Amino acid sequence: MLTRYSIELNHAWCKACRICVDFCPKKVFGVNESGRAVVVNIEKCVGCTLCELWCPDFAIKVEGSEQSGEAS
Amino acid sequence: MAVHVDRYLRLHKMPHIWCPGCGNGIVLGALVRAVAELGCSRDEVVVITGIGCSARTNAIIDFNTFQTTHGRALSFATGFKLARPEMKVVVVTGDGDGLAIGGNHLIHSARRNIDITTILINNSIYGMTGGQHSPLTPAGSYATTAPYGTLEPVFDACRLVEGAGATYVARGTAYHVVLLQRLIARAISHKGFAFVEAVSQCPVGFGRRNKMRTPSEMMRWQKDHAVTVKAAAGMSREQLRGKILIGEFVNRNLPELTEVYGRLIREAQSRPGGE
Ligand SMILES: Cc1ncc(C[n+]2csc(CCOP(=O)(O)OP(=O)(O)O)c2C)c(N)n1
Ligand code: SF4
Ligand code: SF4
Ligand code: SF4
Repeated sequence: MLTRYSIELNHAWCKACRICVDFCPKKVFGVNESGRAVVVNIEKCVGCTLCELWCPDFAIKVEGSEQSGEAS
Repeated sequence: MAVHVDRYLRLHKMPHIWCPGCGNGIVLGALVRAVAELGCSRDEVVVITGIGCSARTNAIIDFNTFQTTHGRALSFATGFKLARPEMKVVVVTGDGDGLAIGGNHLIHSARRNIDITTILINNSIYGMTGGQHSPLTPAGSYATTAPYGTLEPVFDACRLVEGAGATYVARGTAYHVVLLQRLIARAISHKGFAFVEAVSQCPVGFGRRNKMRTPSEMMRWQKDHAVTVKAAAGMSREQLRGKILIGEFVNRNLPELTEVYGRLIREAQSRPGGE
């Protein structure tokens, strides 16, 4: 399945607060051994960008577009 | 896609000093995106703060900024706005900075209806100094200065500034970040004193003393206790007990101080001998 969105995580800024893990409506995030966010379910992402708006440390960027997915 | 906030940050200050899960970063993000949404250049905006964790906003945000003394950001902002009326002036304050030591400045700025946007980050506590209670610490909650729970009732900050004369008044939360951004954008566009209370979380100073162990629990509290102004219209007083109202409360047009002041100067200068 084609992934329409990609997520860039900046681990140098992530403080392992888990807000993205707990509130992403599609459970796209998990955590690594240091507690920092990692993407585990990118295919579920609907591109709502809420994780980016909620991340208090600006460590998340949601990229991608509807077009790249739909065009295929 | 969302506006990436890092374009508007002082990158050498990152990662910022706020604790994990602190709501200040969410409010800062909403402010930056609101400015971007309005199409303002960062040079048109000045962010003025006092003292507190909330005040650290302007160490991080790459706009024109200055940090002033505790509670007095609005006084500096008033002087700045009168001297440079074309600038968009935004004050970011806390519940202690803005309502305890700075309460007088807040009500008088509202009374004057000066064109300043004030974002009061309400995290229910004095975060920076280690968790003392503030005028917005809910009665019965614990603080380092209230080991048996606070006894005092709180202000309703929005009703306070409305009563004092503010012409735009709204409340959002860190959880309701999309709404918060919209309210901040409207506040900045509004001509007159605009006040946005941003209900936020201080996991370190408030949450862990008050049975909310994680930042997410605190944001869930915001989600569960917030009622929009629209929904509240159909609810009884009983149903609204313990809830926080979110949305826009006041949006009215009244003479704005810098305009009235500018007019007076022009008039005075046009009189014989006025030059
Ligand atoms: C004149 C003066 N009194 C007291 C202090 C100590 N002080 C620093 S920050 C602060 C409280 C800040 O609380 P709040 O505005 O709620 O901000 P937060 O840190 O929670 O963002 C106090 C009392 C000070 N810096 N200056
Ligand atoms: S919300 Fe941001 S800081 Fe918190 S865990 Fe997710 S990426 Fe890290
Ligand atoms: S964009 Fe939405 S669905 Fe995708 S990871 Fe972020 S919060 Fe989850
Ligand atoms: S003490 Fe509270 S308000 Fe200050 S940075 Fe930490 S969590 Fe945020």
